[in-house]
Amino acid sequence: MDPVRTYFRNIWLALSSIAIGMRITMKHLFVPSVTVQYPDVKLKLPERARNRLYVNIDDCIGCDQCSMACPVDCITIETIKSTPDQDLGVTSTGHKKRLHVPKFDIDIAKCCYCGLCVYPCPTECIVMTDVYEFSEFDRNNLIYNFSVMTPAEVETARVKAKKAEEEAAAKKAAAAAAPKPAPPASPPPVPPTEPT
Amino acid sequence: MELLQHIGLEQNLLTIVLVSALPLVFILLYALVTLYLEMKVSAHIQDRLAYMRTGWHGVLQPFADILKLLQKEDTVPAAADRFLFKLAPFVVFAGTYAGFAAIPFSSAYIGSNINLGVFFIIAASSLVVIGILMGGWASNNKWSIFGAIRSAAQMVSYEIPTALAILIAVMITGSLNLQEVTQYQSGGIQNWVVFGGSLPLTQKLLILPFTLLTFFILFIASIAEVNRTPFDLPEAESELVQGFNTEYSGMRFAMFYLAEYANMFLVSAVAVSLFLGGWSSPFGEALSGPLWDLFWFVAKGMFLVFVQIWIRWTLPRLRVDQLMYTSWKVLTPFLFLCVFAVGLILVL
Amino acid sequence: MDQPKALPTNYVTQPDKIATSKGKTVRTEEMIINMGPQHPSTHGVLRLEIIVDGEIIVDAIPHIGYLHRCFEKHAEHMTNYQQVIPYADRMDYVASMNNDWAFALAIERMMKIEVPERVEYIRVIMAELQRIASHLVALGTYGIDAGAFTPFLYCFRDREEILDLFEMTCGARLLYNYIWVGGVSHDLPQGFIEQAKEFCTYFKPKIKEFNDLLTYNEIFIKRTAHVGVLPRDVAINYACSGPMLRGSGVHWDLRRDDPYSVYHKFEWEVQTGKGEVGTVGDCWDRHIVRVREMEQSVKIIEQALASIPEGNVQSAIPKRIRPEPGDIYVRTETPRGELGFYVISDGSGSPYRVKARGPAFVNLSVLPEISRGAMIADLTLIVGSVDIVLGEVDR
Repeated sequence: MDPVRTYFRNIWLALSSIAIGMRITMKHLFVPSVTVQYPDVKLKLPERARNRLYVNIDDCIGCDQCSMACPVDCITIETIKSTPDQDLGVTSTGHKKRLHVPKFDIDIAKCCYCGLCVYPCPTECIVMTDVYEFSEFDRNNLIYNFSVMTPAEVETARVKAKKAEEEAAAKKAAAAAAPKPAPPASPPPVPPTEPT
Repeated sequence: MELLQHIGLEQNLLTIVLVSALPLVFILLYALVTLYLEMKVSAHIQDRLAYMRTGWHGVLQPFADILKLLQKEDTVPAAADRFLFKLAPFVVFAGTYAGFAAIPFSSAYIGSNINLGVFFIIAASSLVVIGILMGGWASNNKWSIFGAIRSAAQMVSYEIPTALAILIAVMITGSLNLQEVTQYQSGGIQNWVVFGGSLPLTQKLLILPFTLLTFFILFIASIAEVNRTPFDLPEAESELVQGFNTEYSGMRFAMFYLAEYANMFLVSAVAVSLFLGGWSSPFGEALSGPLWDLFWFVAKGMFLVFVQIWIRWTLPRLRVDQLMYTSWKVLTPFLFLCVFAVGLILVL
Repeated sequence: MDQPKALPTNYVTQPDKIATSKGKTVRTEEMIINMGPQHPSTHGVLRLEIIVDGEIIVDAIPHIGYLHRCFEKHAEHMTNYQQVIPYADRMDYVASMNNDWAFALAIERMMKIEVPERVEYIRVIMAELQRIASHLVALGTYGIDAGAFTPFLYCFRDREEILDLFEMTCGARLLYNYIWVGGVSHDLPQGFIEQAKEFCTYFKPKIKEFNDLLTYNEIFIKRTAHVGVLPRDVAINYACSGPMLRGSGVHWDLRRDDPYSVYHKFEWEVQTGKGEVGTVGDCWDRHIVRVREMEQSVKIIEQALASIPEGNVQSAIPKRIRPEPGDIYVRTETPRGELGFYVISDGSGSPYRVKARGPAFVNLSVLPEISRGAMIADLTLIVGSVDIVLGEVDR
């Protein structure tokens, strides 16, 4: 008798579970859909959204912390020391700028959007915005150049820095030859930062 | 041919061709509508919107799909059996289309009013099995062969419940000619075979559970005939990529697809004609007439197609041995019981 | 059927099975089929070489390596430990929070850092939310393998709610870089606790709906019961973990048996498979273990949200991560099983060697064992029930 009972029980279970399933899908037929019709409707991203990087180059002091923190090495920075007679100004957070930044490139195609570059910046000049529509047809357009120095300015700064370096080297040589060596002036240390 | 006499044309080659092309027109229109219906119904079941940008709410999407398929490259695999490969989709479609000859769309139109209507339909739609086997074998692809062999086993085994269910309807109505069967059921919803046919009340009440069961089983068997979930193992997307369809692209693939949709309507039409009153209006004499008949027929057919779509997007797939188990050990015994019971009640 | 002998790597089909029919001998041959790297249901780039006899599988050999991205080599070349965390995210990209936590836990134990209690609670909430999200992916795709296309979309709709919570907290939807050594990167934002509580109330009926639609559907039960049975001793011998192991009836969950963080403060139960509709250790058991784990995760989240203490989440983050020379192996319970990190430090700021013990990799090794004798249609379901993520298998 048992196989017969199992047989009919199986049929009953099949029919009842199918009926329950079909009722669920029929109910869903009348529920409004959850689709957001992008690009006509765009969802507002939360405040902390991590998408395209932006650098406010006026605030950059050239400390290279973001470039060192990046796990995929997508930030390339070149700096030129400024001479004491050049006044580069102060950032919006109060740091004095002492380095020219002729090259600040971010290869956004390599960026993994981890946000590790944002935390060490002492002036909070590199931020992750909520822009996510930045496709390009040419891959080279995905290398963002943030520096605003013109080639003439770069050349001037480089020449000045080289001259200052040569003068310092000459001074050092003269001081080494002199009987009483003067203590060399040590450059102001760049403060190490921790992730916040 | 009543249609021709209706509008006063004689029977010559041109009119024969015109009349037999009418179901093709219907199939093409129906395919467009059903493509759209399937897309939208499946989307709303899944709480999402389907295409919204091609035309208002995606109405032009079926046209876009057809255009896309038309302009695709026609690839034939290098090691495939070229003749069979190219012939397969047409065999499948021919088998399905042949069945449309004996379907009564309206009181004024039936392609071919043969006395063996239903028998002819069952026989002609068996050609589909050959086409699928050809397609699977000729693709020279192991996965396609799997799909084709499973499909052959499935369709052959589900012919039995289909034929038995049809037999029951034929027993009640007394004729294999679908036009006569429909006329037997005219006069209102109480005369439909699924509710017992036009029999005296006591017999009708006795026969009612069996006809309901028969219609239910016929519907299940017809889903298996058209290879749709839960019986879509031959084209199981998650296992065999596309089963016997894998190597087909462009217009040949479109032919398979069209044949599948046409087959869906064919089996729905057979079920409707035999059990649900065909083109007769459920209100008896009200709302009847040649055009109204066409409307009722298409409406009932589309309702069954809608239920097929609904079932497809709800249920998981059966494995091939469970499929055979269902056919041979569940559907067929119950139908034998129904045949016996209906025969007994009719004799009483 | 007989267990085939150990197969050599250059397997050639053996045409020596002879069948007799009416006195004539018919030679049958086994067929090698390739379920290639591109396949709708291998959940990624996995190549399965299947040797079949008709439709019965004689052997199924997985070939992996299509997604190998040299995670362990990269980790050696990072300038500090902090930079390894985004790489660890990308290993199991579906359960990213758990990966972060495992690695951070390894470094914290090496440096003997005590994290504030608020951090522990936040980590538990995030890990459990991530467990729900990962199981939703697994269950939804399992439905598709079985042929039911609808539960997948319902699961993903619920997963969107979780991803919204994550995006609110750390800004990313899939790869978070949130759990750091010594703390977390951001504190919970305003409104997180309310939204998370809302999610818990929203989600509980959804589990019931999913069960009605898929889990207790007779067709699904017929497809998954008695299929891919993994016996208890085989599971233990192959070092399976997670729902694979618990589905075979072994009561082992690292959150309870090798406790870390504050899991001991919450009331929840370890779910195991009991063979309710089939044998113990079949695919249905693993499926129901995942569903019930989701329910338990909701319970844990609700308790954590109710009793989360105040505190500073960044007070214990060290300025320089420079562990003492030595090594450590730390394991956590991810949605897929036991994820372990073995870290060797040589005293410098970057690791000397990081070895990741991926649960999906180890669980996948049992596939040939459990799929012998099954049909090809079952193989899809068996692979789906192992719940692999190729990023973790190949690293």
